[in-house]
Amino acid sequence: MEKVFSRPAALSDVSTHYCPGCTHGIIHRLVAEVLDEMGLTGNTVGVCPVGCSVMAYNYFECDMVEAAHGRAPAVATGIKRSLGGNVNVFTYQGDGDLAAIGTAETVHAATRGENITTIFVNNAIYGMTGGQMAPTSLPDMVTQTSPYGRDVKVAGYPVRVCEMLATLSGTAYAERVAVDSVKNVNAAKKAIKKAFTMQQEKRGYSIVEVLSSCPTNWGLSPVKALDWLRENMMPYYPLGVYKDITQGE
Amino acid sequence: MNQQIIIAGFGGQGVLFTGKFMAYAGLYQGFEVSWLPSYGPEMRGGTANCNVVISDQPVGSPIVIKATSLIAMNAPSLEKFEDSVVPGGKIFIDSTLISEKVKRSDVDAFYLPATQMANEHGMKGLSNMIMLGKFIKETNICDESLIEKTLKKVVPPKKADLIEKNMQAIQMGYQL
Amino acid sequence: MGEKFLMKGNEALGEAAILAGCRNFFGYPITPQTELAAYMAKKLPKAGGTFLQAESEIAAINMVYGAASAGQRVMTSSSSPGVSLKSEGMSYLAGSDLPALIVNVQRGGPGLGGIQPAQSDYFQATHGPGHGDFRLLVFAPSTVQEVVDTVFLAFEKADEYRMPAMILADGILGQMMEPVEFPEHAQVKQFDKPWATTGTQGKRKKNIINSLFLQPDELEIINLKRFERYQKIVENEQRWEEFMVDDAEVVVVAYGASARIAKNAIRSAREKGIKAGLIRPISLWPFPEKVLREKAKTAKAFVSVELSMGQMINDVRLAIECSRPVYLCNRVGGMVMTPDEVEAVIVKAQGGAK
Repeated sequence: MEKVFSRPAALSDVSTHYCPGCTHGIIHRLVAEVLDEMGLTGNTVGVCPVGCSVMAYNYFECDMVEAAHGRAPAVATGIKRSLGGNVNVFTYQGDGDLAAIGTAETVHAATRGENITTIFVNNAIYGMTGGQMAPTSLPDMVTQTSPYGRDVKVAGYPVRVCEMLATLSGTAYAERVAVDSVKNVNAAKKAIKKAFTMQQEKRGYSIVEVLSSCPTNWGLSPVKALDWLRENMMPYYPLGVYKDITQGE
Repeated sequence: MNQQIIIAGFGGQGVLFTGKFMAYAGLYQGFEVSWLPSYGPEMRGGTANCNVVISDQPVGSPIVIKATSLIAMNAPSLEKFEDSVVPGGKIFIDSTLISEKVKRSDVDAFYLPATQMANEHGMKGLSNMIMLGKFIKETNICDESLIEKTLKKVVPPKKADLIEKNMQAIQMGYQL
Repeated sequence: MGEKFLMKGNEALGEAAILAGCRNFFGYPITPQTELAAYMAKKLPKAGGTFLQAESEIAAINMVYGAASAGQRVMTSSSSPGVSLKSEGMSYLAGSDLPALIVNVQRGGPGLGGIQPAQSDYFQATHGPGHGDFRLLVFAPSTVQEVVDTVFLAFEKADEYRMPAMILADGILGQMMEPVEFPEHAQVKQFDKPWATTGTQGKRKKNIINSLFLQPDELEIINLKRFERYQKIVENEQRWEEFMVDDAEVVVVAYGASARIAKNAIRSAREKGIKAGLIRPISLWPFPEKVLREKAKTAKAFVSVELSMGQMINDVRLAIECSRPVYLCNRVGGMVMTPDEVEAVIVKAQGGAK
């Protein structure tokens, strides 16, 4: 029988710890497929965050480094620069890691035009610690630490990361995608490939923000969670390309 | 040889540079030396001072508390450090900028109108070198023959054209 | 060896690091260590290296973590408040068994404190550089020439034991100039780093640099193994200088700039017939407890001279198991003790000791 679907070589042959219905698995697979297709797996170092994907070092078959919470862009900078820029480096970060505790590292890696790629998984909540309010939690969103809904008068407003980073000269590419449908999954893969291509061409900082679901902490079934993502997250975080310095080339 | 030197004045008077010259001169003469600047916000246009030790023994503390020599380039420096000088020590004073006299009688005081001399001889800004010339003569930290070698070492290459003027200023002080 | 010339301690740190093969420096400006960063900014690019001014001390130490992960010789430097910010990163370096060099040119604290010399980060460096059970190799040079040797040593030992090393200096040592000469070629051993994350290139299994171990039994074993290594270090890497200590009845213990001041005091005390001597720790961790225990057999009293409220004195007491009185001679906040002040405590120790 012909095998038509198999595990990408860049994805380790292990079970993940992710919850049922979580979209991290899809995003991992997309990254792995792109690394394989671009022939980059052997020359790639990935940097994991603290958050749900803290153990991603077990799931990718390239060299992996576990960073402290929020520090992945700085760690990636150290790897990239100390190896003379000759290695493909990506960070895989969640919303708390990237847009709260690691905002400074993120913004400065971007503005330096650090030639790395960030896969930013935005599910509007702290998953690993059990569903606390994230910097990207929506207004009025109920979480463990916003039990009456996120009151923007108290907790402020959610951060739109791609929009923010697009203003920086060092950002070469910023696109927001989602993994809620086959069409969007395909678009997400294209964006990830584009981001790594940017790095190969030494264009500067590239980021793909992936709107993702968290059925467990949102308290929804996997299917309903994707509906919720479409109905609530997409209006606040519109999909699209926010920066592409190659446009018009 | 055990010279414990304090050089003090305004920022911009070449206080640290003078100290560096002394340290190098001592080094070339074969002594152990150290140089310690004051640092921090006080450097920004305020007072500057540095400590130089020139010794035939390995230098212990680089901090000069009991000075054998004080070079005072302005009045506050004389006031601040006069009591740090040991009995029998030497105080070199730019008398153009300091009208006060040394209060103590147990030290040798040298009053040099260094700033005025520098201005009159087209050596504006080199009063520190005139003071230095006198200091070398009185303390013998190095042979006169080492002065030029030392100057060539401490003057940055970008300012090499100033070596000759500096040399003249030191000589002028040396002959006072 | 080349020509002897005058150099600031901070600059000597930089030059020695470059000679030792360090091509990666990540830092953030802070007084009184800024000359080191400035020196690296000037020299490293010309040596084919990377100098990067990070957005924070936290970012800097994590860039160090990244470069160390990639198996590269790397350093950062700061002063007291900045080192506190690096403590997270130092813990991760230790937890991931990564070699790197951290320089602390200490200033007075706590908080923003001052910018004048101090030694009040001794506890932090030797006992609590961050969360978790771990150690840093800590070296404390006392002259600018020794700075050079210590930098070589720190890089080598960090690689040998796969752990971060610290050079604990102070504002005096960083700012002062002294004659120094550099070897034409530094004798710093290079170590293979098969664990480094440089990309598998399809030729080996993947490497993982990590300090996360969620299984308690696994984490315990990793800690125990790390401490077996630390035990070897305690046995083999204690370093110190002895000064007039052979027949000393009063043994002064001081490191870095304090040791220089103590030497003046000891010379003066000797002239007055007091048998004083100095043990100068060169490694603060491991603390040179062997020699102190040995000296406790013959000495009458000890004096800890330090620019802190009394931190190293605890290690002196522990090393001699409180078998002799230990006196403290200290100044803090950027104030520095005079040789006379040290001598007065030596005299007191001599008289007080029975």
